[in-house]
Amino acid sequence: MSDTDIERKGGGTAAHGPGYRSYLLVYALLVCLTVLTVTSASLNLGAVAIAIVLVIAGTKSIFVLLYFMHLRYEKRLLIKILIPIVVATLAIFIGLTYTDILYR
Amino acid sequence: MSGRERQGDADLAAGDRGRIGMWLFICTEILLFGGLFLLYSVYRYKHQADFHAASLNLSRFDGTLNTLVLITSSLTAALAVHELRGGRTAKARLFIAFTILFALTFLTVKGFEWGEKFTHGLYPDAAHLLSLPRGQILYFGLYFTMTGLHAVHVIVGMGLFGYALRSMSRGRVDADHPIYVENVTLFWHLVDIIWIFLFPLFYLIS
Repeated sequence: MSDTDIERKGGGTAAHGPGYRSYLLVYALLVCLTVLTVTSASLNLGAVAIAIVLVIAGTKSIFVLLYFMHLRYEKRLLIKILIPIVVATLAIFIGLTYTDILYR
Repeated sequence: MSGRERQGDADLAAGDRGRIGMWLFICTEILLFGGLFLLYSVYRYKHQADFHAASLNLSRFDGTLNTLVLITSSLTAALAVHELRGGRTAKARLFIAFTILFALTFLTVKGFEWGEKFTHGLYPDAAHLLSLPRGQILYFGLYFTMTGLHAVHVIVGMGLFGYALRSMSRGRVDADHPIYVENVTLFWHLVDIIWIFLFPLFYLIS
């Protein structure tokens, strides 16, 4: 196997990202969502307001993870499943803590 | 083929190993901030009125501005990796320089914000802050801890990007060895994601 083959093999498993167009589209979307979240907060929506800003923050994070951090183009399963695992772990922490706080 | 790639598992390229390590580190960071977010949510649940009243002290304009600055810095960092992988090192360095500049802008705005809180007697253990209701004391304690820890991450990120510029000028990081810049950029996006959650939870709940 020649040197270039090894290089190609190494590069092949590395996550290759999108181009300028996708980056700029995702950026525009992130800016729009920021404007949306600030607008929603000034509408005095009460209890649902926190749910709305959290859903928007989650959506923004997913776009950053998939496109800016290249998870969408990731070929290694290990890296693909890490974030769902850590989010599930956090959800368990938070869920169990709240069962204590709400029903104590 | 470099000596680095000859070591270890042949199936696992150097870039892959570095990337896996970075993602594991990112997971520990998510758990670190996740714990603080959990603490925030519990105290907020117990002191809702105080948290709302305390968050009125924050400038929504400054928070929004800093959110946009940090998102833009994420874009320039992502474009830097794109250019580096394409072999356009000079452009990549320019984008990294912009990223550092945006990080500095973020810290400057943050500095003015903190400074303004300090002049109003809002800093940990200040007599005025301690005279406020318990929930407000907790809110500001969390505010300074979480935005402070985040700011430390921003400062570290700036240092790492600065080192990237040096390594690129010396030819140690280029299109064939981009892993250092790739990993620092992953870290930088994480810093952005943490702020994406900090911003609404501290600035937008009044």
